Formats: sequence, structure tokens, C-alpha cells
Amino acid sequence: MSDISFVRTDMLSEQEPPASSVGVVGWMRENLFSSWLNTILTILSAGLLYLVLSSLLPWAISPTWNAASLGECREILHDLGRDGHFSGACWGVVRDRWVQLFMGFYPSELYWRPILAFILLIVALAPILFADMVPAKLIWFSGLYVFLMPWLLWGGSIWAPVSALAGFVLGFVAYQMGTTRISGLVGLILGVVTALIWWLFLSGYVVDFLAAVPTEQNPSAGVLPLAMDTVNSRLFGGFMLSITIGVIAIACSLPLGIVLALGRQSDLMIVKVLCVGFIEFIRGVPLITLLFVASTLLNIFMPPGTAFDIILRVLIMVTIFAAAYMAEVVRGGLAALPKGQYEGADSLGLNYWQAQRLIIMPQALKISIPGIVSTFIGVFKDTTLVSIIGLLDPLGLSNAIRADSAWNGVVWELYGFIALLFWVFCFSMSRYSMYLERKLQTGHR
Amino acid sequence: MSETATERTVDRSKLQVSDEVAIEITGMNKWYGSFHVLKDINLTVNQGERIVIAGPSGSGKSTLIRCLNALEEHQQGRIVVDGTELSNDLKNIDKIRREVGMVFQHFNLFPHLTILENLTLAPIWVRKTPKKEAEETAMHFLEKVKIPEQALKYPGQLSGGQQQRVAIARSLCMRPRIMLFDEPTSALDPEMIKEVLDTMIELAEEGMTMLCVTHEMGFARKVANRVIFMDEGQIVEQNEPEEFFNNPQSPRTKLFLSQILGH
Repeated sequence: MSDISFVRTDMLSEQEPPASSVGVVGWMRENLFSSWLNTILTILSAGLLYLVLSSLLPWAISPTWNAASLGECREILHDLGRDGHFSGACWGVVRDRWVQLFMGFYPSELYWRPILAFILLIVALAPILFADMVPAKLIWFSGLYVFLMPWLLWGGSIWAPVSALAGFVLGFVAYQMGTTRISGLVGLILGVVTALIWWLFLSGYVVDFLAAVPTEQNPSAGVLPLAMDTVNSRLFGGFMLSITIGVIAIACSLPLGIVLALGRQSDLMIVKVLCVGFIEFIRGVPLITLLFVASTLLNIFMPPGTAFDIILRVLIMVTIFAAAYMAEVVRGGLAALPKGQYEGADSLGLNYWQAQRLIIMPQALKISIPGIVSTFIGVFKDTTLVSIIGLLDPLGLSNAIRADSAWNGVVWELYGFIALLFWVFCFSMSRYSMYLERKLQTGHR
Repeated sequence: MSETATERTVDRSKLQVSDEVAIEITGMNKWYGSFHVLKDINLTVNQGERIVIAGPSGSGKSTLIRCLNALEEHQQGRIVVDGTELSNDLKNIDKIRREVGMVFQHFNLFPHLTILENLTLAPIWVRKTPKKEAEETAMHFLEKVKIPEQALKYPGQLSGGQQQRVAIARSLCMRPRIMLFDEPTSALDPEMIKEVLDTMIELAEEGMTMLCVTHEMGFARKVANRVIFMDEGQIVEQNEPEEFFNNPQSPRTKLFLSQILGH
């Protein structure tokens, strides 16, 4: 036998790892003090953290919750022997005005409507965000919610949202009939035309007829005048306004962005030019410009006498702005897909829309999740820009609150509170996107 | 190599060619921009034929079979597949794609779907097969390619050879009459090539019409009834495998064979 031969006769048993590599000590050694550089960074960060907290906490911990004005705050702090400019925060303003920061000037006896709308929003979002955890049938409610939400927020006759819904139903019925009797394209055209005819020409009369209120001249009018108090858009404000604009713009911009991205990749020259032109034009213009167009110019182009709701105008502008960005994000996802995926789908005989829906989009959107959510977060924060055209979003309201003599001079507390709330919303979106990415990970890379 | 001992033998008497024409290509030309990739291709393939297309890279052999299911567009000439002429009419293209299966060099499985979903997708959406029936068919073909236990995994969790066998099964689920193979073993490790070739041999024995672009000359000898040699976008030589390998006529063919069989 040569001297390099070796045969193990007894197997070694498992042993505990050394104490310095597990537990708190192990964690600290690995994460905080693993090298000289890391140790220096740890000490510097700890120092910085101390510096920030030591000046922030004494200011933030301040028993001014019940103060009714800035003067009262100062008195409370003076009695505690805390004088000077940064002696303590004046939290009274948050207690006094938080309802307004959420609801704007929405009539207080109708607060239940936006609150209900918000709760139902969560229910409606559940089947979309957490599809595997809630009953699939709930998606029908999500569809219905699209019509329910505007009615809850703006009020008016129930027949307006019902007739909007009826347009879709009629369009769908026409589409079905056209598709089964003639062909897919004819069905599509028939469906769209039917829905448009209903919305533009017929629904007005039907709604007027159904919603008419009996009067002395005409006591028999009105079949079922079910209606809630109408709330004017100008009364909307605060986070309710931000969430309304943000949610609708987000929900509309994703499908619109996908269509634009597909259009940009289309072989059809006209479609492609239109999509590229739209995307590049909208992306090349600041959102504020679009909002000014919405608030002033748009009315000039409208036939005189048409009242076009200001929030609706803003919504359209924010949506197309977000959609242009979304289109580019989705295009990035599409470009990242190997050509083989298209060929695989083609070779199996899937048509264009089937291939897009079943093969291309699920993968492209998954790749684009970080970009899509970034755009969502951007849209939500951009809703604060509407304060420039006179809508009272939280930032606009903060100016109004500070114009009140009781709170004149309060800055940090208000902006801090608003910033915190925005951060909570945006951070939730960010965490959700990470959850989604993990969930959709099928280990192909 | 130990595998040569277990090498599969092919019973050539099982391999029957019928008189029915499966594919007919007449005077086909194709250009990429101004580059003339396929020059005056004429080829008739009968039902049940196993054709191996060989040739140096860039000779247009992949392009040729990709034209057959309209993954590439040809500009001149006629291609008739299973009685349907390939034209700009989308209906014809869809019809042909339903009848013609294709296996790619890089598998082109759908990574976001499980193996079973990969297999049932096209039958459910294109052939409108009920889900349950499609799943039964899928399991049948997974068993045929000997990996039924992988049905619920994702493609990323399988080896290259397994992925390629799934890709073959995916095409078979559409019950095609013709199968196209575009270098099915070129992206595989040597020990996985055999399992894919075995699957293809089995398919040939069942009478499938096959057009196969490959560098596996052993497969060509064993299974093919015709070998086509292409160079510079044209068919240079075609013959029965024995004649083709033992007695090549064109100097280009001789050069090519000496290069790939030289060692």
C-alpha cells in the first residue's frame, strides 16, 4: 500500500458551533464589527444616530397635545421651564386639525361616506393584491366598486353609476352576440359602438327619467329617485383627495401603460407612431403644466356650458402622465424577455393576444414590478401638486391651517405629520412589491 | 463510453414512409434585408419521413425550417404544409402552427408556469380542450418522455435534458402531424444528449414526420431516411444516409463531413 492511501474507520460526530459565531455576539461580530472599516462605520453611525435622536426626541416629547393654539403651546412649555425657539413641539395642531387633514372641507355629517368608500376600497383591492388568500368571487365586488366609489364620494342619483355600468353590460352583450354570430372584430366594434351610443345619447334621458324628483307641477315624475346629497369637488381635500386621485390614477395608468407599451412595439406603423408620439410628448412635459392645462385651458376647448368636474380633469391628466411613464417601464420588461418566449408561444399556435396575456405580460410585468411600483409611489406623491391649481390636498391644507391665527407659525409639526402619513402609504406599497416579487419567484434565474 | 453498450437500436422496418405529401416547398427564396439567405429551395416531404438537415453554421438550415411554421417570412415561392398554403393569411398560419410542432435549441419553455401548465396551455387555449382532459394528455406525454414526477415543478428546477424532453412533450400535446427540431441537442451537456435523442427515436418509430436540423450524425445514420446538406442558403446534396455518409458527391459535402467526422 502506498503512503498516500487513507481510509477513515470512525465517523466524526457533530459538534456545537463556537459561541462567538452564534447568538447576539455572533450577529454583532458578523454584521457590525467584521472588519476595521465596518467597525469605524458602526461607531460613526451610532454617533450620528445619537446626535439626531438627542436633539429630536426632547423636542418631539412635549406635553402639548391638548393645546388649542400656538400661544397655549408656548405657555405650557414655559410653565415647564422650557423656553426658546426649539424648546418643544406643538402637537395641538395635529389633534385640532387631523380630521381636516384627512377629509378637507367634506361636510362632516357625511364623513361616513368617504370612510365607507375607503374600507370598501380595501375589500375591493384584496382579491387583486392577495389573490390566493381571499375567495375568488370577491373580484366581482372589485368590479362593482369601480362604480360604487364615485357615487359614495360625490353622491347624486344612484342611476348615474348604474347607467354607466349598464353601458358596459350592453357593450358586452353586443360583443358576445357579434363574436358568436359574425366574427371577433365585428363583435368588438359592435360592443364599443353600443356602449358609446348608450353613454353619449341614451343614458342621459334614462337617468333623468328614473331620477327625476316629483314636483308640484309634475307629481307623477320620478320612478325611483334614489339619491344621496351631492358633494362638490371643491369640498374634497386632504388625504381623502390624495387617495382618491392616487388610487384612480394608479388603477387606470397600468392598463393604459401596458397598451401604450404594446403599441410602441407594434408592427403597425400608425399605431406605433401614435404611441411613441403620445409617450414622448407627455413625458417631455412637466406634470404641473398638464395640471394647469386641466384647470384652465381645457374649459376653453369644451363647448360653452359644459361643466367638466375639476377633479375629473385632474384625474385624466395625472393618469395619462403616469401611463406614459408606465409604458416605458413595461417596455423595459418586454425588452428583457428573450425572443424565444415569443417564438415558443407562436409555434404552439397561440394568437397575439393569447400570447401577450398568457406568456409575455405575466413575465414582463414581473420583471417590471420594481419600476411599476416606483411609478405608483411617484404618482401618489405627485398628487400633492394639485395644491398649485387650488385643490386642497394635505399640503394645500397645511397652508390654510397656518393661515389661521391660532396656528400661525407651526411648520414642523404639520409637515412632519403629513410626511409621516405619506411615508406610511408609500412604504406599504414598497413592501407589498417586495412580497409580490418573492411570491412570483419561480427560480428560473 | 459506457453508454454505447446501452445504445438504442432502431428497427428500420418500423419506419414507413407513406405516399401522402406532408410538406411541399417550390421555388422558395428568402432575404434578410438585402442578404439572400435561402436560394430557390425545392423540397417535398412525405408523411412519415425523417429528414436530417445538416450544414455549416449560417447555411440557412434553421431559417428553412423556421419558414415552415412562419416564424420567419419567405418572400418568394410556395410553401404548402399539410395541404394548407402558407401565406399572409393569419388563419392559415394559425392552422399550420396547430399541426406543426417545434422544438428549439434553447427549449423556450415558459419559466413562470409549471411543467404541467406548460403542457396544457396550448391545448386549453388553442384547441379548447377541457382542462381535465388536457391534463390527462399532458401526463400521458410526460410519461412517454419519462419525467411524470416533474409535472408540478418549474422549468428552472429541471436539467437541460429534462427541459428539452418537456419541450418535446409540450409540442406533442397539440397532437401535431409534423415535428420540426431546430438543433435540439446543441445546448445540452453530452450526457443529456442521449436522453433527448432516445425520445426523438421513439417518436420516429411511431411514424411522426420529422425535420431535424442537427449535428448528431449518429442520429442521422440511424433514424433518417434522407439527409439534406445545405450551404450558402441552398440545398447542395441530398441522399439516403448510407450513401450520403459513405459516398458524398459534392466537394462541399466532402469537406463538411471530413470536418465533423474527422475525429
